[in-house]
Amino acid sequence: MQMKKVKIDSDRCKGCQLCINVCPKGCLKLSNTVNAAGFQYAIYENESKCTSCGFCFLVCPDVAIEVSRKAKPRVEE
Amino acid sequence: MKKIYFKTESLKNTIFSYCPGCGHGIIHRLVAESIDELNIRETTIGIAPVGCAVFAYDYWNFDVTEAPHGRPPAVATGIKRCCPDKIVFTYQGDGDLAAIGTAEIVHAANRGENITVFFINNANYGMTGGQMAPTTVLGQKTTTTPFGRNSSRDGYPLKICELLSSLEGVCYLERVSVTSPKNVLAAKRAIKKAFQNQILKKGFSLVEILSQCPTDWGKTPMDSIKWIDEVLSKTFPLGVYKECAKK
Ligand SMILES: Cc1ncc(C[n+]2csc(CCOP(=O)(O)OP(=O)(O)O)c2C)c(N)n1
Ligand code: SF4
Ligand code: SF4
Ligand code: SF4
Repeated sequence: MQMKKVKIDSDRCKGCQLCINVCPKGCLKLSNTVNAAGFQYAIYENESKCTSCGFCFLVCPDVAIEVSRKAKPRVEE
Repeated sequence: MKKIYFKTESLKNTIFSYCPGCGHGIIHRLVAESIDELNIRETTIGIAPVGCAVFAYDYWNFDVTEAPHGRPPAVATGIKRCCPDKIVFTYQGDGDLAAIGTAEIVHAANRGENITVFFINNANYGMTGGQMAPTTVLGQKTTTTPFGRNSSRDGYPLKICELLSSLEGVCYLERVSVTSPKNVLAAKRAIKKAFQNQILKKGFSLVEILSQCPTDWGKTPMDSIKWIDEVLSKTFPLGVYKECAKK
């Protein structure tokens, strides 16, 4: 099971798009479907471009994002 | 993989009731992270206001009481004086702090109470539907200034940091915003410092945070942060307004 660098809790997300707007690598977009609260939510894609910079986490008003980084010493692709 | 950004312990899992894009959520997170990084969760007592943040105790995982209508600085004074070992902070909007409770904040600051105040300036009364607040900027349309705030009829924006900076009892005043990753990190540093000052018994600290209210401003979240950068922060410039000498 591969863990992704960015995890979005679609139930917390309110689709404000601030993360989509701030991501320097274009890794985030809005879903076509809605969550239980009726909001379109942010979706993570293009993981290979993501630098784990955390900008999306920093601007998210709903703490819906979690960011991880590849552990330093082990290089595995 | 190592988690580097995640929801901190001092936040419960409860989903915020705030509107999409609202600045309150970011500021709640920064307060919670600062408390966890300073390891003061067990000794902290927060005081929630009237306004959209009235349910802050549902989101924070530490002791929080409620003192509506601008009275949090008075309640904080009582708690801090009875329990000087507790870390006591208030979290107040601009309707709460700068209108309804102006007397309480000015006198708590002037007495130099060793408390921490987070002042959320979103330039209107959010919860009640976007009426003019003392912090509404000139020309800004609100439900009670439908043609824009007019100084001859409505007076001028009240600048709390500037106003309090003349008081001898005050230790630390800074105005920040949460419109970009850089500004969010600066806001976090200010919030943490305001707690540290209290731990070091340096006295009264207030951080004013310019915060987006997309719903009542009638703007998208993106246009709201742009409006803070381009308009609101011109009337309310970011920066340190007072810092007491290092002990
Ligand atoms: C004595 C009294 N006056 C007025 C109100 C209505 N009221 C509820 S919240 C609020 C102000 C909220 O504005 P602000 O402090 O700016 O917080 P925000 O909702 O914008 O975060 C007011 C006036 C009230 N509940 N009680
Ligand atoms: S961590 Fe940075 S690069 Fe990756 S999705 Fe978030 S903002 Fe984009
Ligand atoms: S910033 Fe947060 S709430 Fe807004 S769209 Fe992104 S994940 Fe959702
Ligand atoms: S009304 Fe404004 S301040 Fe209140 S939750 Fe909505 S966006 Fe936030």
